[in-house]
Amino acid sequence: MTDAAFWILAVVMLSGAAVVVTARSLVRAAFGLAAALVATAGMYLLLTAPLLAAVQILLYTGGVLTLVVFAIVVVGGEVVGRTSRKPLTAAALSIATFAVLARGVRGIDFGPPRGGLDAGAALGVSLFVKDYAVPFELLSVLLLAAVVGALVLARKDRPE
Amino acid sequence: MSLHAVLYVALAMFAIGLYGVLARRHAVAVLLSIELMFNAGNLAIIALAWSRGLLSGVILVLFAIAITVAEVAVGLSLVLLASRRARTAVLDDFSELKG
Repeated sequence: MTDAAFWILAVVMLSGAAVVVTARSLVRAAFGLAAALVATAGMYLLLTAPLLAAVQILLYTGGVLTLVVFAIVVVGGEVVGRTSRKPLTAAALSIATFAVLARGVRGIDFGPPRGGLDAGAALGVSLFVKDYAVPFELLSVLLLAAVVGALVLARKDRPE
Repeated sequence: MSLHAVLYVALAMFAIGLYGVLARRHAVAVLLSIELMFNAGNLAIIALAWSRGLLSGVILVLFAIAITVAEVAVGLSLVLLASRRARTAVLDDFSELKG
């Protein structure tokens, strides 16, 4: 059951990824990315991390894709002419990267899985109360800085 | 569902994203491909954390996702700015520095 779900999700994820890098229309590429990200959220569920699955769908798929679609509307999503340059070189490089990394992964013996992450309460205490409370607050400052920076960069009446 | 299988899938997604970063001509498409690579890295971290039973992996990925969102906001506004100046978002046309 888990195996079947995993392979279905893997196929959805990788075909979504393939759409992202090949589609002529950027809107289509954005929807391919949405498919890949939602499939990844499903994989997080299988890997017993339900909180991450929710964050993935809310923040990534919701937030990032909304931003991307807005940008496509403003910038224009069609490329005149070819969609990619030197695709063969790029494909060779990425396949070589995959081969090297996969060879490295294959050589590692991870031992028997100790299995399982699902610990909602422990995660909350660790993140908000004990270990990571300060980094978490710093993260909100980072997000604020990013939003202000994005606004400053993108506004039209910028003094040159 | 073995750890190796999840890692291979993550590696495949990383490689596809790398191809997109290297080959796509539209700036927004390159950003989308970078998202794919980020996502592959997150998946690999979670797979390893799941296999070891380490909760800190989940926290690492939570932070990574939040930082990615910030990066996308800034990256897209940079693309917006560049395309407004150069009147295009195709990366090949940003060639002002070339002799």
